[in-house]
Amino acid sequence: MTMPSDQLETYLLMGLFLLVFGIYSMVRHRTFIGMLISSEFILNGASLNFMAFNRFLAPDPAVGQVFTLIIMGLGAAEAALIVSLILMVFHKYRSIDPDEVRDLKG
Amino acid sequence: MSYYRYLAEGIYFLCILTIFCGAFVSLRARYLMNAVLGLALALLGMAGLFYHLGSPFLALMQLLINIGAICVIIAFGIMVGPRPEQEAEKRVTAKRHRFLAAAAGLAVTLLLGATLVGTPWRPATARVGDFSINHLGENLLFQFCLAFELISVVLLTAILGALIIARIGREEVK
Repeated sequence: MTMPSDQLETYLLMGLFLLVFGIYSMVRHRTFIGMLISSEFILNGASLNFMAFNRFLAPDPAVGQVFTLIIMGLGAAEAALIVSLILMVFHKYRSIDPDEVRDLKG
Repeated sequence: MSYYRYLAEGIYFLCILTIFCGAFVSLRARYLMNAVLGLALALLGMAGLFYHLGSPFLALMQLLINIGAICVIIAFGIMVGPRPEQEAEKRVTAKRHRFLAAAAGLAVTLLLGATLVGTPWRPATARVGDFSINHLGENLLFQFCLAFELISVVLLTAILGALIIARIGREEVK
């Protein structure tokens, strides 16, 4: 009997849930930090997909792990940059609400 | 033998439950700090799934990088940002955006769900290497050397850029 943890589809469904939840949460949140948290969910959904394909389908098991490590590194770089941008926006506008940052809006 | 198999399966479902709970907490939390804790909980469940997928090294990296670094960076951002009581009430958008968000989520679910169900996934005919850290390290240093160096440069640039941007923001206020 094949257990759910031995099936590719369960992991892909979890990856899909993380992506969809990230998109939903990014639209719902109205602070920059909430949107950053949502983007982390999306990145983790991508990581889980890479690892699932790596475990069940890929010819070389190292490839998916390398991709996941790169995604983690990119996520860390993105978080550092966005937090510094949020700090700058907060110092300038005294708010982290995306609706209030609209100087370039036509 | 089967007893351990069922135990592992139970832990697998516990990891999935942890991810769902973390996602729910991060969406419904009144304060941003609680949302970060929800994110950390979900990332912990993800580490468990990585372990189930045969890579304890990546599970450890998930704990170190995603929970230990990213969540802490976001927590620092919240600490020097607005006061919690100022932004707690308007953290989540109005009803109009709720439907918009649900529509976007539903569209992605239908598109990717149909692809997921309709695609015949076929495993590779032959596998080379294994899940060991030795094999991963060899790949990082030989086959993916350029990607490894590039991610180092990206991280260094991002850290320097973050420092400069934060400094510019402070100077403009003065």
